[in-house]
Formats: sequence, structure tokens, C-alpha cells
Amino acid sequence: MSEAQRECDGPDCGNPAVVHWTQVVNNESSTQYLCKECAAAKGISTEPPADLDVSDFLAQLEPKGSRAPSEPSETCSFCSLTFEDFRNTGRLGCSHCFTTFDASMRRLLKRIHGSSQHVGKVYLPPDPAAADIDRRLDGLRRSLRRAIEVEDFERAALLRDEIREHEPGG
Amino acid sequence: MDDAAAIFDFGLGWLDADGPDSDIVLSTRVRLARNLQGHPYVAKASDGQREVICRTVSRAFANTSMHGRAVLLRMTEMSERARTVLLERRLISREIAGLRRGPDGGVAVAISGDSPVSVLINEEDHLRLQSLVAGLRVADAWGMVDRLDEELGRGLHFAYHHEFGYLTCCPTNVGTGLRASALLHLPGLVLTKEIARALQGISEVGLTFRGLHGEGSEVVGNFFQISNQTTLGQSEEDLVEHLARIVTTVLEKERRARQVLLRDAGPVTEDKIWRAYGLLRYARALEYEELMNLLSGVRLGVSLELLPSPSIYLLNRIMILSQAAHLEEAAGRALTSPERRAHRAEYVRRVLAGGDAPTSGSGD
Repeated sequence: MSEAQRECDGPDCGNPAVVHWTQVVNNESSTQYLCKECAAAKGISTEPPADLDVSDFLAQLEPKGSRAPSEPSETCSFCSLTFEDFRNTGRLGCSHCFTTFDASMRRLLKRIHGSSQHVGKVYLPPDPAAADIDRRLDGLRRSLRRAIEVEDFERAALLRDEIREHEPGG
Repeated sequence: MDDAAAIFDFGLGWLDADGPDSDIVLSTRVRLARNLQGHPYVAKASDGQREVICRTVSRAFANTSMHGRAVLLRMTEMSERARTVLLERRLISREIAGLRRGPDGGVAVAISGDSPVSVLINEEDHLRLQSLVAGLRVADAWGMVDRLDEELGRGLHFAYHHEFGYLTCCPTNVGTGLRASALLHLPGLVLTKEIARALQGISEVGLTFRGLHGEGSEVVGNFFQISNQTTLGQSEEDLVEHLARIVTTVLEKERRARQVLLRDAGPVTEDKIWRAYGLLRYARALEYEELMNLLSGVRLGVSLELLPSPSIYLLNRIMILSQAAHLEEAAGRALTSPERRAHRAEYVRRVLAGGDAPTSGSGD
């Protein structure tokens, strides 16, 4: 509302403030009202963040033309994608690429997600091996513990049924 | 295929606004990205390879709850207008619609009129399972796609890695492949200048925000889409619960901001709301962006009970059905820009006067 509009606290700036910025330094809190330009000067964006562009991200990690010693030189044997292709587009060519560029992918996933270890649903393929079933059971038991923790008993009952279905003799 | 008949009711269920807090949270969406083992990813696949993937996936529907309910709409068999209608309904992405260069072979969407669940085939990943529901119902939306994922996984070999989880074309989706998002209307936080702080807070807890139409779209009409940024290292339940918790916090902040507005600038707020209603009720030409800003004011007025009508359902309906391709579909022909503005204003006047016959939902 224009009646309540404050002026920007930036130096020699009388523009209407659009950002209310609170900073805490050494437990001391200070608040400033800033216009779009002064906010930008402080590195505060009032626009939606750009979506994470993996190719830009990769370019920052390993600048073009200076292949890092760790960068794989292989080509994916299934889809012929090279690591250079991946670095340019940010997109993998097939699932086998994850095996071809295993170490680089693990590093990249850790940088993006903070982890490379999946802890969600464990997929059970249509023709599961015994090891697949064991992994699935571990995942289901993890989900069951979580459902009980958050008191989602409806889900817990479904998970119990599914665990019974996969357990030996179930 | 008769496009208009085929897509008439699809994807409009969430307009009913029958979910919790639907006045502020328009909709919740959860999507799962999946790929088939032993096939190149979509960008690397030929038309023929995409066609094989499309047929394999559509055969697998036979053993799922989608069987007999969903139809498979192939993008190459649909007109550009019909594809744009699906895009405007937030059911398909700009990429899959192939608006400028034309759609690719094997690209399709499996969808039904009576379910909030749909499956995009050969978008960026081989499958994108999604559910779109009214209000803040993240766990429900997740439950729906989870069930379909289980059903499809019994017949399809998904690409899965014991350490990385579900494998996707872009590393930002690897792991769970799950993206949960809520579309929020936040005029209170915008008008009280609290929005930048709220959005900064969101990004600090691993969430991100976008405009109404997802990636790269601008924020118009005070509508913000909030979603999880990472997909690996947390379980699906943790991801959806975290989103629900943070959205609930934002929702409470928004409701408080609205009370501050009423307390500190009550007459001005009320005047702006009624002016917005007046313009919508009587305007003879409306740009879509102008419409969205006016709808924002009216929606705030209805939510604060300063306006007795229209219902949130009708406001949702106007927001979706007054977009360009929907207007052209209703007119049965292409419209010039001035014609579009006039048709839009005419449609809005008719709805607000109670003259729009709903094709879906209970209305009011």
C-alpha cells in the first residue's frame, strides 16, 4: 500500500523500498528497507531464482578446455555420450552413463543434493533376484519405522502387509 | 481425433477448490520421473525408439488402475491449439507441447477425466507420473503417484541404481525423482513487503519458488509455486512432509499479513478489491496479465469475506479458461489479439453474471 510505503535506506536513495532485509551479525540484528537497485547492489535478488543449470554448474567445477585430471575420457558404450557432451548439455544419454562416469557422477550428485546415497523407495523389478527382495524389505522396514514415528498408522498397516508379502513364507 | 471432445474435461478437477486452504493454496502437484532400463534417454532417442518406449509404457497401463479410464493422447495427432489447451491446464510442459518446432514422435500423455493422475511419456524422462489436486494435500498427491508407480513398476523395468536410486536424464532429479510443489496466492505478503524475506527463508530450507507455469515463468498475480530443490538423500515421505510443513508456515504468515493489511490499511484494501471486481465485471477488453492481477485482488476479497461472490471455484475457472487457446477453442477459430482481449472480457463478465455452464466440478 502506498500509504505504508517506506523509502529505501540506501545511501542518497529515496526510492520506494521493496525489500525488508534483516541481518544478524554476532547476535546483533539490524534491519534495512531497500529498493530493488540497492538490494541488487547487496546481492539480494527480488526475482525468482534461475533454475539450476547443470551444464553451467559443471562448467564452474571444471572449466572448459582444461580437463581436470579426474574427468573421465571414456565414451558410454551404450549411447556413445562423452563426458564432454554431458558437460555441454547437463543431460545424460542413458542409464548406463551413470556407470561409465561413476566417480564423476557421485561427486556431482553430492554437490547438487548433498548426498549420493538414495534413501527413498527401493525398486523391485518385475523379475527380482533374492538380493533385490532383501533390499526392498530393508527399505520397507525403514519406511515402516518412519510411518510409526510420525503416527501415520494407515500407511504403517499397508507397509506391514507388503513386508509380510515379501518375507520368506509370506 | 476430435481434440475438443477428447480433452474437454481433463485436468480441471483441482478447480473445484475442495481441498484444505484452497483460497490460498490453489493446488498441490507431485511428480515422479522414471526411465526404462535398456533404452536411450528421450533426447538421445530416435522417433522410432521413442515410439517403442511409448508402446511399451502404454501396454503396461493394462495392469494398472488407469486401465479403461485413461486415454493416450499422442502429441503428433493433436492440433497446436489442443496441445496449448493442455499446457494452459498445467498438464503438459512447453517442451512436450512442441509449440514452435512441432511435437516429436512417440510423445504422449495418458490422462483421464475422472482422475487427478496423468503420465507424460517421452518428455525429458521416459515417464513422468503426476497428480494435481486442489488445496494443500501433498501426502494425498504423493500417495496417488506412489500407487501408480508401484503398479507400473511390476511390469516395466525402471532404471535404478542401488546407490543413486532412480536414474534420470538430468542429475537434478536423480534419487527419488520426486518433485512436489504447491501453488500459492500470496498477496498479503507482497502488499506488506514481507515476500522477499519469506522467499529467502524458503530457499534457505531447501525449497525453491517459481511462477505459475513452472520453470522459467514469471510471477504474475501474486501466484508463487513452491517446490523441493533436491531429490536425493531424503525419502519421499520426508520430502513431501517438509514441503507441507513449510507451505503451512507460509500459509500462516500470509493469513497474518492479511490481518495486518485489514488492520492498518483496511479502507484502501477494500477499495482496491472492489475496484478489481468492478473492472472484471464491466471491462470490454482484458489482457491476460491484467486479468491475473485483478483476479488476485478479487480472490483476496473473497478469502477475506469482503466480497460475497464469486466462489473460489469460479475464480480458478476464469484463471484457466480465459487463456488464449481456451478462448480460441470456445470460439472455434483463431483469434487476433484484440479479439482475444474482447472474448476474454466477455467470458469473465458472463461467468461473474452466473452465465457460465461448468463442464466439470460442482460450481457454486
